[in-house]
Amino acid sequence: MIGELAEKIISGNIRAIARGISIVESGGAPAYELLNKIYREGNSYIIGFTGPPGAGKSSLIDVAIGFLKKDFDKIGILAVDPSSPFTGGAILGDRIRMQNHAVEPGVFIRSMASRGHLGGIASATKDAIKILKAGGFDLIIVETLGIGQAEVEIVELSDTTILIMVPGLGDDIQVMKSGIMEIADVFAINKSDREGTEKLELEIKQILNDNISGDGFIPPVVKCSARQNKGIDILIESILSHKQFLEGSGIYEKKVRTRIKDDLKTVLQIEIDNFIQNKLDFTKNMDNWIDDIMDESETPYSIIEEIKKLFDKIGE
Amino acid sequence: MGDSKDDYLKDLKKARENWEKSVLEPFLEKAPERNDLRGQDGKPIPRLAIPQSDNSNYQDKLGFPGKFPFTRGVYPTLYRGRFWTMRQYAGFASAYESNKRYKYLLEQGQTGLSVAFDLPTQIGYDSDHFMSEGEVGKVGVAIDSLQDMEILFDDIPLDKVSTSMTINSTASILLAMYIALADKRGISRDKLRGTIQNDILKEYIARGTYIFPPKESMRIITDIFDYCTDEVPRWNTISISGYHIREAGATAAQELAFTLADGLEYCKAAIGTGMDIDKFAGRLSFFFNAHNDLLEEVAKFRAARRMWAKSMKNQFNAQKSKSMMLRFHTQTAGSTLTAQQPNNNIIRVAIQTLAAVLGGTQSLHTNSRDEALSLPTEESVRIALRTQQIVAHESGVADTIDPLGGAYYIEQMTDKLESEAQEYIDKIDDMGGMISAIEKGYVQKEIQESAYRYQKEIERNERIVVGVNKFVTQDEAPKNLLKVDKSIQDNQIEKLNKLRSERDNNEVMEYLRELREVASGDGNIMPSILKCVKAYATIGEISDVLRDVFGEYKEHVIL
Amino acid sequence: MEKRIRVLIAKPGLDGHDRGAKYISKALRDAGFEVIYTGIRQSPESIVETAIQEDVDVIGLSLLSGAHNISFPRVTGLLKERDADDIIVIGGGIIPGEDIDYLKEKGVSAVFGPGTNIDVIVDFINKQVAERDSNSHDR
Repeated sequence: MIGELAEKIISGNIRAIARGISIVESGGAPAYELLNKIYREGNSYIIGFTGPPGAGKSSLIDVAIGFLKKDFDKIGILAVDPSSPFTGGAILGDRIRMQNHAVEPGVFIRSMASRGHLGGIASATKDAIKILKAGGFDLIIVETLGIGQAEVEIVELSDTTILIMVPGLGDDIQVMKSGIMEIADVFAINKSDREGTEKLELEIKQILNDNISGDGFIPPVVKCSARQNKGIDILIESILSHKQFLEGSGIYEKKVRTRIKDDLKTVLQIEIDNFIQNKLDFTKNMDNWIDDIMDESETPYSIIEEIKKLFDKIGE
Repeated sequence: MGDSKDDYLKDLKKARENWEKSVLEPFLEKAPERNDLRGQDGKPIPRLAIPQSDNSNYQDKLGFPGKFPFTRGVYPTLYRGRFWTMRQYAGFASAYESNKRYKYLLEQGQTGLSVAFDLPTQIGYDSDHFMSEGEVGKVGVAIDSLQDMEILFDDIPLDKVSTSMTINSTASILLAMYIALADKRGISRDKLRGTIQNDILKEYIARGTYIFPPKESMRIITDIFDYCTDEVPRWNTISISGYHIREAGATAAQELAFTLADGLEYCKAAIGTGMDIDKFAGRLSFFFNAHNDLLEEVAKFRAARRMWAKSMKNQFNAQKSKSMMLRFHTQTAGSTLTAQQPNNNIIRVAIQTLAAVLGGTQSLHTNSRDEALSLPTEESVRIALRTQQIVAHESGVADTIDPLGGAYYIEQMTDKLESEAQEYIDKIDDMGGMISAIEKGYVQKEIQESAYRYQKEIERNERIVVGVNKFVTQDEAPKNLLKVDKSIQDNQIEKLNKLRSERDNNEVMEYLRELREVASGDGNIMPSILKCVKAYATIGEISDVLRDVFGEYKEHVIL
Repeated sequence: MEKRIRVLIAKPGLDGHDRGAKYISKALRDAGFEVIYTGIRQSPESIVETAIQEDVDVIGLSLLSGAHNISFPRVTGLLKERDADDIIVIGGGIIPGEDIDYLKEKGVSAVFGPGTNIDVIVDFINKQVAERDSNSHDR
């Protein structure tokens, strides 16, 4: 089953790729099997688009696709939106802003919900990237909301990270505090026909001056407007020049190593959790432990001593 | 104490006499009242009830009908002179079928025509376009060229009947066709009476038949205003609509606010091109919803008149009385009608009719009972028309002007809606006007929140809809609904092919080229469109030229 | 192991009345589904392509213009062609009762007309998806 699916994915079958993404979203043994089979296939460059709500990320991507098609054969886009913490459901509203190219051959758009992942990026996003890569997409764009931890995660999973801001949104100071300023590779000021563009540009350049990052690449600040179709070519140029820089310096390899370490840690952690839960029969014991704590015969810390003794037993 | 009260009443008496002398009597000379204005006891029914004792700000806030601020009505005699126009929105399938329905309705006593066009016509696609598949003739009549219009109005006297056309993005084209038809029949343009809806802003907000982006659409609209001032002086160039905004889920205050804000935006645009307010404002008209809450609706209509009059006077410095009058058409609220127990809808529509009439509407469409199921059958639409006729002739509410005026609740509601609506309008102003607010998604978001809340109330049974969440019965699926056959599309396509082979295609190409030039510059596009339609260019061909020059609007979805 | 039901709400053809589609989208989100709304003026081709890329479990078609007897079968027909007819198709809007049998013949699983309570729709989706998944071996 999974074997067949893997073959179809590698041959570029759209339905199979879509099903593959669903499988890695659900996780578990089938996901591992699939990922294992397709792990080495394909070669992709990954661009991350992040920024505050209202920055126009989706519209910008929509216009950018038209330009990017000159340099890349197949473009896959993963658009991540937050799940409701109360109901677990989500409205995935990015796709609707990318209608110009959404159903063209060579373009694939997938909306993903963050599914409780605190950072905002679905943990399955990294695995979805692998599926798209195996399916022959040489460019993968990941779009997420730039709030809190999501920003750091997108930097890890992208080769080039673009931070999109808009003048006058009032978030300017916020974003600068959160550290993304030091990690984005390209800064795009969208809706640059609006008032406040120059001010924002100055502010960004100021911060960049104060924080020269170690890798030697000076992040360009690009003024553009998705609606007026202006500055997009410059944005693409900036991305491509960053790509060149990465591949020329040894940094690209470093990134790949970090991602592999990340994958290993993730998989390991899941296995450890499962193992422990099974071996220690968590489901059966948990309620008992809670009862003991409530009737004051134990604390979580005294219980952990008991559990450690069980660890020792596992070894035997 | 006694003195000021006496002064007040004396003043009021004098004012009334003044009104009678300067406004009423001249009017009566031109348009006498009906001669059946007697109560059941044979005594004459008073024309207008005004306060006999009270210190309320009557003259400022209410005044007299036909005089600023028009709160009580736009004409001094209102329905005592002439009932509102009974104008049933109709159209489906082919021009031939619709023409039959129009003649039927006129025979049954309808007093004005209202044309419904199918979606391809509204969105500038010919019947053979791939996007038209399955849509031809479904929600209205299919018009591809002047040829169809000729059939649509066959045997209908354009100089005697007023025609309202619910058409927006392609309003310029349909209006040109109507004028071309009159020209062909030798009817002089100054005899033509009617309306084109031509309200693009509400399309972006709630209705969805837009083609071009906002700025370009406004240009077309102001071209139409300008053209009609001289060419078709009795034509209402726009029907600034709140109906659809309300149907999309807005509250009464929102319907009021967003409609008036749209109106202000149109005025600004027209003035921006150099037009004088008093030249075009008198031909602006409005289109409101008549919803369930009768008393609130009446208050809404009154607030609308007062607010618009004040805006025209204070914001735009209008001088003419006509420029400050808010004249409106009303349609009963389609979204309140249920698929369950459809006959209940007849009662709903009757109550909504009362709301519109007590609110002083100039013309009215009443929905048919099968609204939630399909387009109306002949019988259903006849009942809807009878509803208006019964209210007019039997209920007495049309025999005096603004009968609910002075009722404490009504006046309080009128004031409240005015102040709530003004808050919205001020906010929109701060955002830079309606187009800005729409682009920011503010208007759509407000409406959606109201819609969501309302629906949730119904689902929780906090709001009762008879037959849906209370007093439910197991219905059989209703039978004998109106059906539009697929052959309509095939026939239309056949006609199109024939037309294209028989007309002078060189002429068509020539005029389309001219249109492209004019549209790319800043001349008025109407004369050029008129030439195109007379040469039997199709709606699709003309729209495609404009699409090319103006571009297409991309929906900005807010969820 | 987390499976969320994914629903595509689409408006085929030229009808621009989206109050219902927008409400359903929000209400289904409240019921825990992941919802993608296409916006108005979609062709059957783009609806099906979207459904496949998004690997949705259900497509909800909203239409009030009377074109349902043409549009809906186009969608179900295309799904079949693309080997994706395990995607459940439901409809809503202004659809006369007497057309429902025909639509069902053409592959539409259910039609939910005006006045339908959202719980009815949510239940239907949950049941249908569960049934389909238990009968298929690759879900």
